[in-house]
Amino acid sequence: MSVTVSMTVNGKAVTGEVEPRTLLVQFLRDHLGLTGTHVGCDTSQCGACVVHIDGESVKSCTALAVQAEGTEVNTIEGLAKDGVLHPMQEAFRENHGLQCGFCTPGMVMSAIELVRGRPDISEKEIREGLEGNICRCTGYHNIVKSIKAGAAAMKG
Amino acid sequence: MYEFNYQRPGSVADAVSAVKSADDGQFLAGGQTLLPTLKQRLAMPSDLVDLAGIGELKSISVDGGTVVVGAMMRHADVAGSADLQAKIPALAALAGDIGDRQVRNRGTLGGSIANNDPAADYPAACLALGATITTNERTLAAEDFFTGLFETALGEGEIVTSVTFPAPGKAAYVKFKNPASRYAIVGVFVAKTGADVRVAVTGAGGGGVFRVPEMEKALAGNFSAAALEGIAVSPDDLNSDIHASADYRAHLIGVMARRAVEACG
Repeated sequence: MSVTVSMTVNGKAVTGEVEPRTLLVQFLRDHLGLTGTHVGCDTSQCGACVVHIDGESVKSCTALAVQAEGTEVNTIEGLAKDGVLHPMQEAFRENHGLQCGFCTPGMVMSAIELVRGRPDISEKEIREGLEGNICRCTGYHNIVKSIKAGAAAMKG
Repeated sequence: MYEFNYQRPGSVADAVSAVKSADDGQFLAGGQTLLPTLKQRLAMPSDLVDLAGIGELKSISVDGGTVVVGAMMRHADVAGSADLQAKIPALAALAGDIGDRQVRNRGTLGGSIANNDPAADYPAACLALGATITTNERTLAAEDFFTGLFETALGEGEIVTSVTFPAPGKAAYVKFKNPASRYAIVGVFVAKTGADVRVAVTGAGGGGVFRVPEMEKALAGNFSAAALEGIAVSPDDLNSDIHASADYRAHLIGVMARRAVEACG
């Protein structure tokens, strides 16, 4: 039995017919074609599927699409404006914060929430704040460096 | 996941009747345990009744010497609550160290204690602080609420609505985390209020969270880490798994308890 779900995704009102068991990440990827949000582990641990619901980072593989009814969802695709990368994306590019790139969308989405209002966030706070994101390339050193630079850039 | 119907009632009464009228209804709080369980097809409810739309479950209020936390308050809400940071900082700190940031943005107090995972953090706080758990039907002492591994006193169609935590004189929670899951291999919550000391252990017990009377007695006489020297917890009733043997957990209880007492300052 399908149900209708409506939400705002990257600033655009969307409506879809889903089964109640449809995960938010499936709705984003399969229904809306927003494949920037990845599925890594599917067991709520790796963080490749992190999106924002009403500004807060959540694992979209561990939320139902129906639970996001009426919310504002933001994905990696919604960050760049008019072809200009978000400061956090730019910081990842500048600091070689990605290797294979699979974890990157989740890392960037988690990072943006993590540094909000904390332009001077420390390396230790960043490392602790990334507990829910795993990089299989183990590229953490440059990811942390990127987030520190992104935090400073987002200040302005 | 198997198929299910989804309902999102606006009140506790409607949620209870939705679960009771379903073939096999299940409440959904933050879903950080339930959804992974469903994804592995380890459960097959006919209906999920989402509690997220119930405003009466979402508040934190101070009532004299106690803090009442609504069941649908998320770990992030508890961690960030100015009231809790002021009255029971150990509880706010505990909530801020559950799982990871994304889990804390979804997982709830009520969901955690209703699930009663033997490695969950909140049950230790409830037991050590002498919390009372309020449901839509009754009020229970924490001792009477947690009844075994993943078992509670909750009946069919009974919802945790809030938890009342008395503010202690001093309290601290220290855990030894599994580095992958962030669950406690052993977590010890120590609380001292007047002459009364409580020590509650999570992550280790074969029957879930438990208190350690020998430690409580020693600390009531002399509230210092040194008072715990020589007090051994028997590994007989402790869990053994791939993460830690019962003997190792028994050892960790002593270490975490001493650290918790020291953290009480």
